[in-house]
Amino acid sequence: MELVAIFISAILVNNFVLYYFLGICPFLGVSKKIDSAISMGLAVTFVMTITAVVSWAINNWILIPHGLDYLKIVSFILVIASLVQLVEMFIRKVSPPLYQALGIYLPLITTNCAIMGLALLVALREYGFAEAVVFGLGSGLGFTLAIILMAAIREQLDLADIPEPLKGAGISLIVASIMALAFMGFIGMIK
Amino acid sequence: MTEILVPIITMTALGFLFSLGLVFAYRKLKVYEDPRIEQVSAILPQANCGACGYAGCRAFAEAVVKGEAAPDGCPVGGEEVTAQVAAALGVKAPEVIKKIARLHCRGSHEAAKNRGPYIGISTCHAAHLIGGNKQCSFGCLHFGDCVRACPFDALYMAEEGLPVVREDKCTACGKCVDACPRNLFELHPFTQEIIVYCRSKDRGATSRKVCKNACIACGICSRACPDAIVIENNLAVITDYKKIDPEKIPDIEKCPTAAIGRLHKEKKEDEG
Repeated sequence: MELVAIFISAILVNNFVLYYFLGICPFLGVSKKIDSAISMGLAVTFVMTITAVVSWAINNWILIPHGLDYLKIVSFILVIASLVQLVEMFIRKVSPPLYQALGIYLPLITTNCAIMGLALLVALREYGFAEAVVFGLGSGLGFTLAIILMAAIREQLDLADIPEPLKGAGISLIVASIMALAFMGFIGMIK
Repeated sequence: MTEILVPIITMTALGFLFSLGLVFAYRKLKVYEDPRIEQVSAILPQANCGACGYAGCRAFAEAVVKGEAAPDGCPVGGEEVTAQVAAALGVKAPEVIKKIARLHCRGSHEAAKNRGPYIGISTCHAAHLIGGNKQCSFGCLHFGDCVRACPFDALYMAEEGLPVVREDKCTACGKCVDACPRNLFELHPFTQEIIVYCRSKDRGATSRKVCKNACIACGICSRACPDAIVIENNLAVITDYKKIDPEKIPDIEKCPTAAIGRLHKEKKEDEG
């Protein structure tokens, strides 16, 4: 039950984008088209899940036994950077058009605070291995959900009659904030 | 001592481990890309206008390197870019004559009569749908679709009501050719001196009524230069500008409606 609660809470209640306000950069940058939003979401989900696993392993097997807690951030950066490199190479090999569509936001997953936040939260909450995996997967799916919803709304926004000064970034931020408000409705789900 | 050594060794080991993983992954996932694509891409104007017929400058670069496209395929870059691209690929540059967009209409506000006031969406495409606001159904609608389509700021709408091409800025990308609902733009070699300034296929009597500068198909020009100019569908058409005898140009310029004439004349008047 505990795992299910973590999973649901990571997707809906404590959504990284809409509750913690982490990872806003790709959330706004790659949410213009649903296709690229889905790929971005999946790339982030992959990196998040693997980061949760690897950073948990490093934290619990290397850092804590040697009393090196203060190296957490540095070693997590290392983990994230390597994983993003890996994903980048993989996407470039498998789908060059996707590689072009994601553009600069793909290497920018490295500096995506959502992923760093995830690794630090796993360490802070002292999750077990299974919990860490579920939390990483859930958070990634939560990010994917948020970015796809956003992209779907923004595709419709292109057709809407928006006041001139709000076009572009303005209306996107308003939509994001309304989505965040809506997601607050999920808070009652987890006690 | 261990307090310092342990973290150093740990981080080094971790870094080494991850880089090892990456090296291995790189071996597996490496994508071979012809380095010349990057080179050619850097030479191109990066306007991504699509005038070459490819999706963008990068796509064109890939095609050139593969040999699917000729190095002179980029009309925007012109001679200079062609030479550089050819040099980068180690092939001989074909000779390029710079092309330029020309408007085939002289129906200014003054010359061409209005059918009536036009109240509606002020684009040429919209006006064209209802037949336009001019009596002439072939001429310029002067709502400036071409001006808005030009990515290089090479067109402006003159007060007299006709778009003017800035010769120094025009790159012959062809956006205006596509934008004009009446197909009044055409790309011509920069050296071409004589242009027919009309596209009206109306009969002479009709075109004379609706526009002062319309071709009335009188045939003066084609008689002066029968090899190069013919009358087709009530309109003078230059079939081969290279065959125009320079000595005959004054005869051609006798055109009673100035619907055919020398290009640079206008420019010289401006300068003088």
